[in-house]
Formats: sequence, structure tokens, C-alpha cells
Amino acid sequence: MAILEAKKIRAGYGEMEILHGVFVKVNEGEIVSIIGPNGAGKSTLLKTILGLLKPLEGRVILDAEDITGLDPDRIVRKGICYVPQTDNIFPSLTVEENLEMGAFIRKDDYKNRMKEIYRIFPELKERRKGRAGKLSGGQRQMVAIGRALMLEPKILLLDEPSASLAPKLVQLIFEKILQINRSGVAILMVEQNTREALNLAHRAYVLAMGRNRFHDTGEALLKNEEVGRLYLGG
Amino acid sequence: MKIEVLSRIPQLVIYGIISGSIITLGAIGLSLTYGILNFANFAHGDIMALGAFLGLISLALLRSLGIPQTPFGPLSFGPPMILAILMAMIFTGGVAIFIDRILYRQMRRTARITLLIASVGVAFGLRNIIQFIWGPLPQYYFKGIQLARKVPLIGVKIKPDQIFIIGFAALLVAILHLFLQKTKTGKAMRAASDNMELARVSGINTEKVILWTWAIGTALAAGAGILAGIENKFITPSLGWEMLLPIFAAVILGGIGSPYGAMVGGMIIGLSEEISTAFISTAYKPGVAFVIMIAVLLIKPRGLFGVK
Repeated sequence: MAILEAKKIRAGYGEMEILHGVFVKVNEGEIVSIIGPNGAGKSTLLKTILGLLKPLEGRVILDAEDITGLDPDRIVRKGICYVPQTDNIFPSLTVEENLEMGAFIRKDDYKNRMKEIYRIFPELKERRKGRAGKLSGGQRQMVAIGRALMLEPKILLLDEPSASLAPKLVQLIFEKILQINRSGVAILMVEQNTREALNLAHRAYVLAMGRNRFHDTGEALLKNEEVGRLYLGG
Repeated sequence: MKIEVLSRIPQLVIYGIISGSIITLGAIGLSLTYGILNFANFAHGDIMALGAFLGLISLALLRSLGIPQTPFGPLSFGPPMILAILMAMIFTGGVAIFIDRILYRQMRRTARITLLIASVGVAFGLRNIIQFIWGPLPQYYFKGIQLARKVPLIGVKIKPDQIFIIGFAALLVAILHLFLQKTKTGKAMRAASDNMELARVSGINTEKVILWTWAIGTALAAGAGILAGIENKFITPSLGWEMLLPIFAAVILGGIGSPYGAMVGGMIIGLSEEISTAFISTAYKPGVAFVIMIAVLLIKPRGLFGVK
């Protein structure tokens, strides 16, 4: 069953249209990757789903509810959380305060949720009183993902979670994403590490020039000759 | 170096702490609004002056209610003055929110330079309104002069009113610190100052954070304006505008957007200005702040505690 569906999205910045009618669907419990060359509109699609950009045309449906055009803080309340590619932590706040900000709109006790996040990222627990800005790149990414998980979202949007990480850390972050997914969170992520992203994903979409090019299971796309030649470097 | 020059320094340190306390209060507010709204608010000085004059109104109001003005212990003013400071802080915060609603809010998405120029307009507007109502002549909170007393052992002189200024400023700073560290709104303010967009996608109501920032930043400015009035013995419509340079220097020195940097920066500027008078003419005092500001911009543009 589809938990999130974006239909015929046309969107962009001001006069400049970047997405020309893109669709994407995420079913419950799935990891869906979006790959494609730079400028394909991958990040723009995530921003449009979250309401940071208003689509010129098209619908965004979450759990059978039309959320097109709502403001980000409303959409977050409905259960979509988002980790931007860069500037995704509050550097002058401590690790724990970063997580608290993730839970800002929660009125209930979120102590247990925080414990769960420390279970996924034990490194963060050790550094919970330290400033997030002092952490390494990998740990920052953990803080960023941890913050987004505080609301127990139905679906998590990740914009290039492995960007600018060392290969070993890329593996680690992907393992964590799988672990988070197994705990019941659907994931829609944009990735530049295409091979790993296709390996990890149940299904994937290839975007180019603001349009859908391919979509299939991750496995099938890895075997697809044309995709391999065009987007996986042969 | 002559001994008598050095022997003046302890006394100048006291003066430095007094003026540093006032600059700090002004600088914290400016830094907070700079951090969250992302523009240099040139009206901040005139907000201080507004606070000082709203203090005058509050004092008159309390007087008309028949509250006795008898001085409090060795101070030259009574409890109504303290109450008047608090009232003026609240009123000033309210005025700032009003200005935000009618002006800055409409311009939230425009370039920062546009906002800066708008704030220059607000600065002129406020100063002229104050001058229109009260005239250009100095106004007084209370009459009479107070003699400085010698502090035993260290041999420096200080007036009870000045001890009040330092103590009251320190109290406000301590309250602000607790607010920023312990309360949810305070943490959200720090978060929004770090990264406005991420605050929004975390579900934080950033418009509300902006209102809190205006209220707190300008309330502190009002406090600074009144304390400056107590220290100078009088207030004029240009009192804040004249303090804007050292305040900007303090904010830049501490690192734009960092309230803690503003505290340190305010103290350093206050102390440097006063201590400089042992070596160079008092006329150069404002120049000292300017030189420090330029030096920081050249050597460490992010300031001591800046993240931006």
C-alpha cells in the first residue's frame, strides 16, 4: 500500500522549472532510492514533497491525504521528516539538544524515543553533552538522522545521506538506514552513490533533466544495461 | 611608563565594567536579532533610547499612582525605579513586536540590505518621535548627585548606583542564560539562530521564535538605555544612537549571532574604552571601539565565538 505518492510534479525555483511532471511512490516499509545525474531535480523533488517548495502542478499524497502545498511545519506534523544534504544539524547546540529540537512539536514524553536513537547510534550517546558542531562528518550525519527520527515519522526523506563521507562511513550509514527501515520507517532517499543506493533499495527511480527515466526494483536497475551505461559508469 | 598612569588603572577597570555592563545588554539584543533575522538592526540604539524614555513615562505613572519615591538604602532612587525598568522593558518589547508586524514581517524574504535600510528608517523615525514628544533637552529620572565611596582594600571609588547597574545587568544576563539553556523556547531560539531552515523543517514555529527574539532583544536594549540614563544622570533622544558604535563593535568582536560572544565582547569594549583614557585623550574613546571592530573584521571576521 502506498504511504507516499507524488504525482505529476512540476516545480522549481521562481521562474525556473526544474521538475517537469515527475512521479514517485513509496509503499509501506519500503526503501526507495532516487538516482540520476546532477541537476536532475532529485533534491528539488524532496523539497517539494516536504512543502519547502510549492509545486506549480501535481499532487502529494500521504496516507491517502492530499498534503500538496502545506507548509513544512504542517507536513512534518503529518509524519514526513526530512534530512537536508548540508547544514542538517544545529552546530552550536549539543547532540542532545539537537534531538530535542527534532521532538519540538511533541507534547508527550520522548525520553524513550531518545534512548532508541542512542541505541541505533551509540556514538552519539557518548557525546550527547558535546556540541554537535564539533563532531566528525559521520557523526554529524547521525545527529541529523537522529533529529529527524525523533517524531517517529511514517516516512523519512534523506537527501544524499552519504555525501562527503569516507567509504567506510558510507557503508556504516547505509547499514543504519537499513536498520531504521526495519524498525518500520519507510525511506525515500536521494543518492549519488548509485550502486550502493540501488543495492539497498527495494525500488528505485532514475531521474534525468527533471523527468522520470526508469523505475524498477533496485536489483533490476542494477542489471539494466542502459542504466548501467548511463548512470553507473559502465 | 609613569607610575601615576598605572595607578589609575584599577579605577578605570571599574568604569570599564560599568560601561561594559551597559554595552553588553545592548549587544546581546543586537546579536540575537542579527542571528535570527539575519540583518544588522540599525534601530537598536534608538530602541535603547525609546526604552529609556518609556522608563521615564513608567516612573511618572508610578508617581501619579502615589507610590513613594523615597530612595532605597544608599541608592539615589527607590523601588519604583526598578519597577519602571521592568515596565519599560515590557513596553519596549511590545513596540518592537508591533514594528515587526507592520514592517519587517512584510519584508522577511527580501534581501538583508533592504532590511538594514528599513531599520535605518525605523531608527530615524523612533528618534524623531522621541524628540517630538520630549524635546531635545536632557530629561532626568531623579534629582541630586551621589558621591562615590571608597572601596576598602583596593582603594577604588564606586557609587552605590553603579553597583546597582552592574548587579542589575548581571542579573538580566543570568536570567537570559537560564532561558536560553533550560527552556524549550530558549533552545529553539538558539536553534533558529544556527539554522533557520532546519528549525522550520523540524516543525519549530519560526514566526513565534522571531517574536520572542524581538521581545527579549529589545527588552534588554531598554534595560541598557535606562541603566545608561542612571549612569549619565540624564537621557536624551540620541542616547542610543551614540552608543551604537561600541555595541556593534562588541557584537562583531563576540561573533555575530552569539549572545555569549556579545557578553564577552561588551565587557572587552567597555574595558578597552575606559582603560585607553589612561594613555590617550578621552576624546578618542569612541575611536577605540572602532579600531577594535576593524581589527576583528580583518583578523578574525567570525569574532571570538561566531559560527556564521
